[in-house]
Amino acid sequence: MWDYSEKVMDHFRHPRNVGVIEDASGIGEVGSLACGDALKLTFKLGEDDRIADAKFQTFGCASAIASSSALTEMIKGMTVDEAERVTNQDIAEFLGGLPEQKMHCSVMGREALEQAIANYRGESPSKKMLAGEVVCNCFGITEDEVRRAIRENALTSIEQITHYTKAGGGCRQCHPQLAAILENEQANAATPALPADAAGRSGGRLTNLQKIRRIEEVMERDIRPQLRKDGGDIELIDVDGNRVLVALRGMCANCQVSQFTLKDVVEARLREYVTAELVVEEQS
Amino acid sequence: MRPVYLDNNATTQPAPEVLDAQQPFLTTMWGNPSSMHEFGGQVRRYVEKAREQVASLIGADPSEIIFTGCGTEGDNTAILGSVAADQALRHVITSRVEHPAVLAPCRHLAANGHYVTELAVDSMGRIDETELIEALQAGGKALTSIMWANNETGVVFPIRRIAEKVKQFGGTMHSDAIQAAGKLSIDVRSVPVDLLTLSGHKIHAPKGIGALYIRKGVRIRPLLLGGHQEVNRRAGTENVAGIVALGAACEIAQRALHADHNRIAALRDRLEHGILERCSDVRINGDQKQRLPNTSSISFAYIEGEAILYDLSDAGIAASSGSACTSGSLEPSHVLRTMGVPFTMVNGSIRFSLSRYTTAAEIAHVLEVLPKVVDRLRSLSPFSATT
Repeated sequence: MWDYSEKVMDHFRHPRNVGVIEDASGIGEVGSLACGDALKLTFKLGEDDRIADAKFQTFGCASAIASSSALTEMIKGMTVDEAERVTNQDIAEFLGGLPEQKMHCSVMGREALEQAIANYRGESPSKKMLAGEVVCNCFGITEDEVRRAIRENALTSIEQITHYTKAGGGCRQCHPQLAAILENEQANAATPALPADAAGRSGGRLTNLQKIRRIEEVMERDIRPQLRKDGGDIELIDVDGNRVLVALRGMCANCQVSQFTLKDVVEARLREYVTAELVVEEQS
Repeated sequence: MRPVYLDNNATTQPAPEVLDAQQPFLTTMWGNPSSMHEFGGQVRRYVEKAREQVASLIGADPSEIIFTGCGTEGDNTAILGSVAADQALRHVITSRVEHPAVLAPCRHLAANGHYVTELAVDSMGRIDETELIEALQAGGKALTSIMWANNETGVVFPIRRIAEKVKQFGGTMHSDAIQAAGKLSIDVRSVPVDLLTLSGHKIHAPKGIGALYIRKGVRIRPLLLGGHQEVNRRAGTENVAGIVALGAACEIAQRALHADHNRIAALRDRLEHGILERCSDVRINGDQKQRLPNTSSISFAYIEGEAILYDLSDAGIAASSGSACTSGSLEPSHVLRTMGVPFTMVNGSIRFSLSRYTTAAEIAHVLEVLPKVVDRLRSLSPFSATT
């Protein structure tokens, strides 16, 4: 078992502020089912411009649930500017520490908070998350996220980068890139640098969470009924960026025209209702 | 408090009779079986008796059994040792759902110039036998290593048919039977395997002892060099207490096999039916027709395995999960992933594995606790709230 603090176990067993605020001032969503954890954070400002209420919903392990619960407690009473300065370290400290392999749970909390604040300010919901090239394809982690975790937590090894961001925790093919980023960051840290600019580009995109949910909705509503009529079925296996991996089941699995079904029915529907860039592939 | 222990594919409770049997070899009879004096020499007889007990469980001759330090050593010795002893073995065939103790040495061989085929499984966790035949035809003498039963899903492979095919093509056949031994009847007189791995602590012996069956005439190069023990096939002073314990555990397993099998399967089925009745959005992983009697891999949509395990642990229940957070790495179970279990279900997978010590009252306790755990965690999850 993990060496969780009493406070982590307390917040896991008795999570505070579970739920969704319907008329929220800001909403942040990060993570996905594929990554193994996801967090939806909502907050509402009071008349004094301080956070009057915050609620969360989390899919994840004990420390992910505890980190989310802790975050909602921490930001209540803060102004948005104050909340913006909450770091993943603060969340971990509030909980009496997290095992290093679980630090990514605190990073997820900070990312959700950032998104919720961006959403409140009317900025694109995920501009910070999508900035920079994706380094780790397994978990969809960008270079900027890696750089930021290195700076904010003074990381010194690839193993630590994995513990804090998950990057490099899958196929390990990105380890040479992570090593280069780490070396570069350490060189920069040696000379006093300008504050990091994490702000990015790209607007109005769906978060991964929203995307998965919509894909599942469209599959359930428009695609499955059609396939089931022919004795088939479809399962969503993975969503990786705009790549949607599915498995055809039942009669569809051995069907000669399944490639037709995949492109002309499944992909067409998903492009129509979710986003035009989706590419549907069958799991081999 | 004694836990409701449903993690027997990880390790089992040492049987009281087994501990009694090994006790003298830790207290009074601690001599070295290789010694040329009666104090040590008398111990040899007990080592040989244990060898007969192990051989009897699988229908082997005692001379075909060597003792190892663990199941991993047995698998490594079988794979690396047989390839090292036979230059003609250039091709290794295995499956994607093997235990890391098999996959890692196979991938080591692949990195060192051997040709390695990893057979796929279908969504039920079954091997495609035509793919096996194609691999066997693909060329050269092959070592095939396929587990008797899978540790995560309990799916049992048709080892007799597989071994017969392998022998038709003149290859060498190894099977990791660590999860199957003591749960299914294994007889090497009717199943033409050349090598077969066993582990003590999965069948109610203590940790630190295993055995490898090596069919007469099959050559392996030992992994450990240094001593003459085990007829030069495994150097190192014998773990006598462990060996005696393994022998005793095998004898009990053989005697109790059929009664245990039926009773445990009935409890497992009661557990599964109970969960399916009480929880929605659940799926059972693996071929339910060909499964170990004690194993159940169940996935709960929208929630994560580690959180389920911690809640169960709070209620005194021990199980395991294929989720990413519990694997020690960030990757979820390679077995469930390669079966194409949707990612929504892999991270919420729980494995319950029963033993002869599991009681009906314990199953009832799980059925009372688990639905509450699932409800609680789903009430926290952003996914279930929207469906």
